[in-house]
Amino acid sequence: MTQVLEVTNLHKAFGGIKAVNGVSFSVNEGEILGIIGPNGCGKSTLFNCILGQLEPTEGSVKLDGKEVTNKRPSELNRLGVSRTFQLLQVFPELTVRENLILAGQEHEGTMLSRFFGPRDAGLSAKADQMIAFFKLGHLVDAKAGGLSYGQQKLLDAAMAFMAGPRLVLLDEPAGGVNLTMLGDLKERLRAINAEQGATFVVIEHNMDFVMSLCSRVIVLAEGKVLAQGTPAEVRANPAVIDAYLGH
Amino acid sequence: MTAPATRETLPQTRSLPLPGFIDGTLLTLLAGAVILWFAPVGMGRYGTYVLSLWLVTSIAVMGLNLTLGYAGLKSLAQAAFMGLGAYLTAILTTKYGVSWYVCFALSGLLTFAVGLVLGFPALRVKAHYLAFVTLAFSTLIWLIMRNEQWLTGGVFGISNINRPDFFGIKLFNALEFHRFVVVITFILAVVLWWMIRSPWGRAFTALRENPIRAASLGVDTRLYTLLAFAIGSAYAGFAGALYAPLVEFIDPSPFSLSQSFFLLLMVVAGGSGYLLGPFIGALLGVVLPEWLRFAGSLYLIIFAAIVMLLLIACPQGMSGLMERAYAKLTGKGAGR
Repeated sequence: MTQVLEVTNLHKAFGGIKAVNGVSFSVNEGEILGIIGPNGCGKSTLFNCILGQLEPTEGSVKLDGKEVTNKRPSELNRLGVSRTFQLLQVFPELTVRENLILAGQEHEGTMLSRFFGPRDAGLSAKADQMIAFFKLGHLVDAKAGGLSYGQQKLLDAAMAFMAGPRLVLLDEPAGGVNLTMLGDLKERLRAINAEQGATFVVIEHNMDFVMSLCSRVIVLAEGKVLAQGTPAEVRANPAVIDAYLGH
Repeated sequence: MTAPATRETLPQTRSLPLPGFIDGTLLTLLAGAVILWFAPVGMGRYGTYVLSLWLVTSIAVMGLNLTLGYAGLKSLAQAAFMGLGAYLTAILTTKYGVSWYVCFALSGLLTFAVGLVLGFPALRVKAHYLAFVTLAFSTLIWLIMRNEQWLTGGVFGISNINRPDFFGIKLFNALEFHRFVVVITFILAVVLWWMIRSPWGRAFTALRENPIRAASLGVDTRLYTLLAFAIGSAYAGFAGALYAPLVEFIDPSPFSLSQSFFLLLMVVAGGSGYLLGPFIGALLGVVLPEWLRFAGSLYLIIFAAIVMLLLIACPQGMSGLMERAYAKLTGKGAGR
């Protein structure tokens, strides 16, 4: 099976604190990988290092076998890597449709064609399709800042898929989302994974969400990989129970 | 990757039955240009001069509105860029007889290039740190304009700056030159209107609202930051190139740091991030003090009080106030 992402011996230190300490893992094409672990174990820092938001102290990140360590986030996005953040990151002054057009426009044409070409970069139809898919149709012209937390979370996720990424890293997509919307979100992630073969890496604290969505789970503790395996294997691992899941 | 097809019909934004690219802002600009073409008739030389000065100032404020209002980059050097354009035009036209049109283009190019270079610190420092970098640049340019007498005339400035011809028509008369300024202002405003409506405008807004998220969506934040700075500076250069023949004499005082603060005030008072905001802001900054001259030496105090009250009542400036009023009247939000 083709490896989409390969992380090797990744380290990130903030002064004397080793937030990520020698993490290695790989993600296969079409896989949904979960990353879990207690707060402060380095999950988001790991994402930020992979995605060029932070410069790793040591180690390498490869995308489709090619070195991408320290590439800028915008470059990685144009290579087909997308993400969501732990905290909401929509553009409050833009409408729902404009948020989605923005999420895809830099993948269309050149700087000049984006200046002289259509206002929507030819993405209105695609944006509307995505809006409907994420059940935000009634909010298409509403400013994103006026949406409820759960609706913004769905919009945030929809934006990550707008440019048709091969690899999507989702940082706590279920955080603060009610049960109905959580079900919607899971259903949509599964559909995109099944129908288009998109690869996901998901950081999450909601164990039901992770265990029912992911085919493989990595557990981080104190910046290191504590365990990895299928959801069932991880649930039964005594070290994981001690460090994170509890008895 | 695309979302699976859906039959759901989404509501479309309602607009006037006009060709796709025309909107209310463009019509307002067009109507404004027509009104301003005829406005000075019977107004006298000074009144016409004030109207032209308002438009020239609006061009510089439009540029700063792009840099600050749309891209969120705090610049305190807009008057210095205007000075670069004005001095370049004044020196080349009076000393070397270069055509004003060439000087106008060169002013835009020079300030674009300098803005590009000055934009680099914006990639590393943000907010007030960036403001201090531009403040230092502004001071440097002002010192050059004041002290390098061999080039700039120092505090005595440069006089006898000729107004350009337009296809053989002399624009020496105040009304004719005013109409020339109206045309140039309209063209520059339409270019900016187009830019803001284009995906570039959306990327600039994303840069202001959330640069980290913007970068994660493929927006080249470095490129757009530099572009916002350079294009905003070029507008100041264009304004300077028009200012020199309008006043026919320049010295360093209109391009000082305090003038940069004043231009910043016009952006904020007019409505930062609103396309028509610069015209309203420049109206407050240039024309309102003229209307208050009846108050004698108190006019600046009254002007300051009006501006303070406006910003307390509506931090989004006059455009924000008008948007709120429109939303209240129609029960929906107005577009920027």
